[in-house]
Amino acid sequence: MREGRMELLSNLALGFQTVISPQNLLYCFLGALIGTLIGVLPGIGPVQTIAILLPTTFALPPVSALIMLAGIYYGAQYGGSTTSILVNVPGEASSVVTCLDGYQMALQGRAGAALTISALGSFVAGCFATLLLAILAIPLSELAFKFGPAEYFSLMVFGLIGSIVFASGSPIKAIGMIVLGLLLGVVGTDITSGTQRFSFGIPELTDGIGFVPLAMGLFGISEIIKSLERKEKREILKSKISGFWLKKKDLREAAPAVARGTLTGSLLGILPGGGAILSSFISYMLEKKVSRKPESFGKGNICGVASPESANNAAAQTSFIPLLTLGIPPNVVIAMMAGAMMIHGIQPGPRVISSNPELFWGVIASMWVGNLMLVILNLPLIGIWVRLLTVPYRVLYPAILLFCCIGIYSVNNNIFDIWLTAILGFLGYLFIKLECEPAPLILGFVLGPMMEENLRRGMLLSRGDPSIFITRPLSLAFLLMAVAMLVVIAVPAIHRKREEAFHEEG
Amino acid sequence: MQIKNHKDFNAGLLFILFGIAATVSAKSYPIGTAAKMGPGYFPFILGFMLTVLGFVISLKSLSKGRGVRKRALIRFRPVVFVLSSIVLFGLLLLPLGLPLSTFLLILISSMASDEFKMKVAILNAFVLLIVVLIIFVYFLQFQIPVLPAFLGGRT
Repeated sequence: MREGRMELLSNLALGFQTVISPQNLLYCFLGALIGTLIGVLPGIGPVQTIAILLPTTFALPPVSALIMLAGIYYGAQYGGSTTSILVNVPGEASSVVTCLDGYQMALQGRAGAALTISALGSFVAGCFATLLLAILAIPLSELAFKFGPAEYFSLMVFGLIGSIVFASGSPIKAIGMIVLGLLLGVVGTDITSGTQRFSFGIPELTDGIGFVPLAMGLFGISEIIKSLERKEKREILKSKISGFWLKKKDLREAAPAVARGTLTGSLLGILPGGGAILSSFISYMLEKKVSRKPESFGKGNICGVASPESANNAAAQTSFIPLLTLGIPPNVVIAMMAGAMMIHGIQPGPRVISSNPELFWGVIASMWVGNLMLVILNLPLIGIWVRLLTVPYRVLYPAILLFCCIGIYSVNNNIFDIWLTAILGFLGYLFIKLECEPAPLILGFVLGPMMEENLRRGMLLSRGDPSIFITRPLSLAFLLMAVAMLVVIAVPAIHRKREEAFHEEG
Repeated sequence: MQIKNHKDFNAGLLFILFGIAATVSAKSYPIGTAAKMGPGYFPFILGFMLTVLGFVISLKSLSKGRGVRKRALIRFRPVVFVLSSIVLFGLLLLPLGLPLSTFLLILISSMASDEFKMKVAILNAFVLLIVVLIIFVYFLQFQIPVLPAFLGGRT
């Protein structure tokens, strides 16, 4: 035990050494700053922000790139909360619940307090989740080394099915989107035989569909088209924001809420399909349940800001655990991270800890540093963020399009990628119109090649006998859990409850 | 029989389309056996699954009586202007260079908004042009042609 603790300390020390280098510190800062800058814009959440900013990180060495991306992620999330509190439009889905009490607090002249508790709560949650990640990383990745291809395949099935349980919308369409994503992931040269699949003689497709065009098309371009369909409506807080210092009473009320939010978020972040949105929503419900005056929620209760804000940040961090230890992204944002790692030639999974320890521990340490930066960054700069909110969308979206186009081109210096993005953008828009969520598709796309490889290897080992997936106990357990989740969604009563839950949220 | 939910019905059709296309093209690759899967095996299964799922989704959206009709309304203005501005940017970047294609991208994409004003769009284009030249060309030194091809820019 003591040895384990020593090891943890030396690992964290390695991580901090990596982050503290001036270069990485700069990228961490830049990521948090730019992430907040984009995330603050209404209607643009972390997923879009990461998709838009992905190409800017490709020129960097892998460690710096991942540190910057992680910074972008937290920044975008925090920026979203700021928007929720100051404008009654959530910057992103995970801050929907922050709107409820945050905006009310702002109307009562307590915007400063809401922003402060949101920053502090996120910081506390971030610290806890980072520590949890550091503690769990080694045992989990050791477990992953015991996995054979059958276990891996079943784990991926479990992860993919899990991602739809907590997603809103029709489950069967979500399964369709997963399968479509797996298919898109197959495009390009087959590694085993060298055969070209679905590339239709287009030379640019021999390496497969690029992750950047896919992410930008499905999340960036299509969202812009969708946003242009409706009239813009924003109620921006006119009064000056002040009173950043929390009163003793506020602090006493909010502290336990922060603790509860942190625990809820940490737990839900690890689950497949969990992550920031689900955890902020559930922690808000939980807070309402345990509160002595539930009627004050929705009317500016500080706990209604503190708990979900802590929860979504905790979940944002702990959802890195499955990616870094098992190689399975539990939600879209993390799938983006996985995509970015692969572009840098790093296969996410248990091997990262041993083969790239400075990358692994550096990213973990950067989460802590990034959170600290957000606290230092956001409160003094709040005036700038507010001013940014007044920029009308009609000026903003052409700029976003432009940065997308230049970014896509710069990844491979390839015009084809720009056209591909336009096509995928149109497809993404169709998906929005047909109420098919693009998130499961991205998960399928990232896992597709890995799933095929493990299926092949598993079947090769068993000489073509598919029972290998149910005779190996761990593999069977994953498959049973996947089936159980499918049953849960299919049972009508629970299905209705789930619908209600998401309706309340939206 | 009537279509109760157009969105589901069309989503199902889209899946069937992709599914059949995938199944058919996968059959042209060696399928192999279960023990030694060829490059066609996995895509074939996926294509088949997608087709079945598509049918289930479409059939479920049908109903006998009159039900709720959910239709997807597509507004063409944003779709056309946003997408064509991107495609045009791709076409013009190499022959015309970054400044001119940037200018056109901003101008055309701005027309996608209902609140389009020529003056605002032109001003926006000029500001962004300067920003882009400073950030991408001067600082980040992206490999992007700046001058048009006929003026000696790289192609």
